[in-house]
Amino acid sequence: MLDQWTAVLRFRTGLVVALMSLIMSVAAVAAEKAPSEKAFEFTLANGLDVVVIPDHRAPVVTQMVWYRVGAADEPPGVSGIAHFLEHLMFKGTDQIPTGQFSKIIARNGGDDNAFTNHDVTAYFQRVAKDRLATVMEMEADRMANLRLSEEDVRTERDVILEERRSRVDNDPGSILQEQMMAALYRNHPYGIPIIGWEHEMKELDRADAFAFYRRFYAPENAILIVAGDVEPDEVKALAEKTFGKIPRQGEAIKRERPREPEHDGSVTVTLEDPRAGRTTVQRYYVVPSYASAEPGEAEALDLMTRIAAHGATGRIYKRLVMEQKSAASAGGWYSDSGRDSGRVGFYAIAGEAHTAEEMEAAIEGVVQELRDKGVTQDELDRARASQIAEFVYNSDSISRMARQYGWRLAVGMSIEDVEDWPERLKAVTVDDIRAVARKYLVEANSVTGILKPEPEYTSSIGDKPAQAAAGDGKRG
Amino acid sequence: MTVRSSLFAGTMGLCALLAAFALGATPAAAQGSKMKIQEVTSPGGIKAWLVESHVNPLIAIRFAFVGGASQDAPGKDGQAYFVTSMMDEGAGELDASAFQEREQALAMRMEFDAGRDVMLGNIQTLSENKDEVFDLVRLAMSKPRFDEDALERVRAQILAGLKFDENDPETVASLAWDRLAFHDHPYGRPVKGTMASIAAITSEDLHDYVRRVFARDKLVVSVVGDITAEELGPALDQLFGDLPERSELVQVAEARPPLGPTREVIIMDVPQSVAQFGHRGIARDDDDFIAAYVLNYIIGGGGFSSRLMEEVREKRGLAYSVYSNLYPYQHGAVFVGNVATKNEAVGQSLTVIQDELLRLAEQGPSDEELDSAKSYLTGAYALRFESSSSIASQLLWIQIEDLGIDYITKRNALVEAVTMDDIKRVAKRLLAADQLITTIVGKPVEPAEIIPTGAPG
Repeated sequence: MLDQWTAVLRFRTGLVVALMSLIMSVAAVAAEKAPSEKAFEFTLANGLDVVVIPDHRAPVVTQMVWYRVGAADEPPGVSGIAHFLEHLMFKGTDQIPTGQFSKIIARNGGDDNAFTNHDVTAYFQRVAKDRLATVMEMEADRMANLRLSEEDVRTERDVILEERRSRVDNDPGSILQEQMMAALYRNHPYGIPIIGWEHEMKELDRADAFAFYRRFYAPENAILIVAGDVEPDEVKALAEKTFGKIPRQGEAIKRERPREPEHDGSVTVTLEDPRAGRTTVQRYYVVPSYASAEPGEAEALDLMTRIAAHGATGRIYKRLVMEQKSAASAGGWYSDSGRDSGRVGFYAIAGEAHTAEEMEAAIEGVVQELRDKGVTQDELDRARASQIAEFVYNSDSISRMARQYGWRLAVGMSIEDVEDWPERLKAVTVDDIRAVARKYLVEANSVTGILKPEPEYTSSIGDKPAQAAAGDGKRG
Repeated sequence: MTVRSSLFAGTMGLCALLAAFALGATPAAAQGSKMKIQEVTSPGGIKAWLVESHVNPLIAIRFAFVGGASQDAPGKDGQAYFVTSMMDEGAGELDASAFQEREQALAMRMEFDAGRDVMLGNIQTLSENKDEVFDLVRLAMSKPRFDEDALERVRAQILAGLKFDENDPETVASLAWDRLAFHDHPYGRPVKGTMASIAAITSEDLHDYVRRVFARDKLVVSVVGDITAEELGPALDQLFGDLPERSELVQVAEARPPLGPTREVIIMDVPQSVAQFGHRGIARDDDDFIAAYVLNYIIGGGGFSSRLMEEVREKRGLAYSVYSNLYPYQHGAVFVGNVATKNEAVGQSLTVIQDELLRLAEQGPSDEELDSAKSYLTGAYALRFESSSSIASQLLWIQIEDLGIDYITKRNALVEAVTMDDIKRVAKRLLAADQLITTIVGKPVEPAEIIPTGAPG
C-alpha cells in the first residue's frame, strides 16, 4: 500500500500482481548469462527498435510495444492525456471494429493489457507462439491507424474518472502520495499524477488524444520486444511485414520537459483523514535513476536501499519495529526506473500509542546513520547476493524478462546497460554507498508525508473527508 | 523411492501436449522438449509431482495442507492467518532475527498463505542452496518458536492491517458479503480475524494450529525446476519428514447454499461505492462445473470479452472494473462479482448487472459468445505454464482438486465439449438474479426504494 505508484494499468484484473512485478522489475534487470545468450537487437529501416529474447521452455510468446512517451511529456493543462490515449488505443482502427481489439486477442487465446507511467507507455499481449503474426499485425495497425468516435471518447472519459476514484480518491494513502509527489517536484512534471488531475481529466477530448497520438506514436519512437518461443530471424521477418510498412513520422520527436531547480527547503505534507487507519509517516528523496545517474551511483543507491529498508532484515525495520518497538511496520524502496530522476522512499506505520513525530525522528535517525557511518562490508555482501539472486527468479518468467528489457530501453538505456548490471553491482564498495547517502539523502531534496487518522469517526461524517495541507518550510 | 512417469509417453513433453491441445498444432512444435510430469515418492512415503527444468538454476516448490482458515478454532478467527505471518519469526535454535538473516543469506523465498480450505506453502531457491534451504524450511514447519516478542510484533502488524482494512471499501464489502452469505459457518468468518480475536490469540493457539494441520496425511506437493527425481525423493523427507503422520482436522459442515435477496448498505464517506454481489455457486466436482466456468467467463470472468464489462464499462462508462468469479470452496461454492461506481450511479450499475444476469439465465449467451469463450479458454491454457512457479502452482491446484495427473492433457477437451444446451441449462441452474446477496460500501445517493438497506439474513 505504501509502495510507489509505479504505473497505471488499463484494467485491474491482477492489478496487485502486475504492479508488484513492475516494482520488482526495477529491482532486477540483468542476465546472469553472457549477454549474447539472452537478447538480440536490431532496428528496422523506419527506426523501430526490436529486441528478441528467445526462451523455448513453453510454446508461448510475449509481445510488448513500448512508446518513449509518458505522462511527463504531456502539454500543460491536459494532465492524464497519455493514460487516456492508452485506453483509447483499444477502441479501433479501419481494420478493427470499435471495441473489438481485446476480444480478437482473447479469441486467439491471448491476454492483453497496457500501462502508462511518467516516462513510458507499453502495450502487451501474451499468446501461443503461432498467433504472434496476428497480434503483431494488430499492434502495428493501431500504431498508425487509430479511429475514435466522439462517443467512444466520452464514455471512456467516464471510465478513467472512475479509475481515478478507485485508485486515488477512495484511498487516503494514495491521496497523500499524490500530494507528496506534487510537493517534491516544484517544476518537473513528475509532480503531476499519471492519471491526471480530476478537473483537467474532465476536459480531455478527442482532439487532445489525437494531438498526442500524432506527436508521439511513430515507429522511430517505439521499441518492439518479443520474448519466448521465437528466434530473431522469425521476428525480423514478421516485423518487417507489419511495423516495417509504417513510414517514419519524420519530424524529430523531442521530449522537452521543464527541469527541476535546486531545492532550498524540505516540505512536509499532512493529511488528516478518518479513513487513514494508522498514523503513517513517509519520506521521499529525489535521487538519480539508473538512466540519469553518474556511473555506479544507481547501483550504490540500489544496494543502500536494500540494506536500509528491505524486508525484516532491513535496518529501518530492525530499528523501529524490532528494537524500539515503536512502529508496527517500516521499510522502503528505490524507484529507479525514471528517465530524469528517481526516488528513495522510507515509511513507518506507527504502533498504537506512538506518534508521527516519533516515526519521523526514527526515520531521520536511520538516514543520519547511513550518511555518517555508511554500511558494513558484511551487510553489503549479503545485500548484493540477494539482489543478484532476485534476477534469477525474475528471469524465470518470460513476460517479466520482456518488461525488464523494455523499461530500460524505453528510458534511453542500452541492452549492455541491462546485461552488465550484475557486474556493476559487484563493483560497488562501502565507500560508494556512503558517498551516495551523503550526496543524495539531504533534507532539501526530501518531502515528508504524514497521514493521520483524524478526526476520529463519528456517526455523522462531514462533507469533506480529506484536507490536504501542504506547507513549505524547514523542518527542525 | 519410486519414480513413475505420468501418462505422458516418451519424449513428448508438457510443451508438446500444451501446444497440441491448445491449438490443434502438431506436436512437432515442441522441438524436442523433454519436460514431463513425474510422480515421485520419497523413501518415507511422501508423494510429489515433479517437472524437471534445468534451464534456470532455481527450484519452485508449492505445497498445501488441507485445512486452511476453516480450521481456525471457535473464537480464534485469524488463527491460520496469524500462523502464516509467524513462519519466518524463528524456529529451533534460531530466533526471529537469526532466522530472517539466514533466509536473506540463502536468497530464498518462503511464504505461507491461508486460504479457506487449504494452507498453502511456496518456496523458491537457487538450486545451489537447496540443501540448506530445505533444512531451514523443515525447521520452520516442525519447530516453530512463536516467541513472545515476535508474537507481539506480528500481532501489532496484523492489527494495523485490520485497521487499514476497516477503511477499505472493497474489503469491507467482501467481509460483509461473507457474513451475509454464510452466517456462523466458518466461511462467514474473516480469514484475517477481527481486532478482538487477534488480540486474544496466544502462542499456544499457534502451536495448536500447526500441530493439527501441518501433517503428512493431508499434504500435496508440486516441484518444478533444477532438481532430478532422484534428488527430490530424499529432499521430500528432508522437508516434510519431521511432521506428524496424521492431522487432526475438525469436520467442517456443508454450508447452506447462500441465496438472497438481501442487500446491506454500509455507509462510508468515499466518492465511489464498491458493491459485491452473488449467491451460491457450483462445486468443483459437479458435472456442470466446466460449463459453469465457461459461462462465468462470458458473464464477468473474461475481461473485455465479458458481458458485464461490455454493458457496464464499455457501453456506459459506469465503472473502471467489473467482474465475476466462481469460488468452488470445498464446503460451499459461490458465484461472486464486484463493481465500483461513483456514489451517484452505483444503483444504475447494479441494475444493469442484474438485468444481464437475468437475460443470460433466460436466453443464454449468443453462439458467438460461446465460441469466443471456448476459443480463449482453450488457447490461453498454455499461458498458465509460462514459468516454473506458475507450472508448480497449476500442478498444485490439480492435486488439491483431485483432478488426476492427466488433467492437463484432458482439460481443453472438457472445455471443447461444452455445448450451447449445457450452457443454457447451467445458466438457468446457476443464475438467480432475483436472489442476489449484495453489499454496498460507500455513500450511494439512490432513492431508498432502489437500494433498500437490507437486514442481514
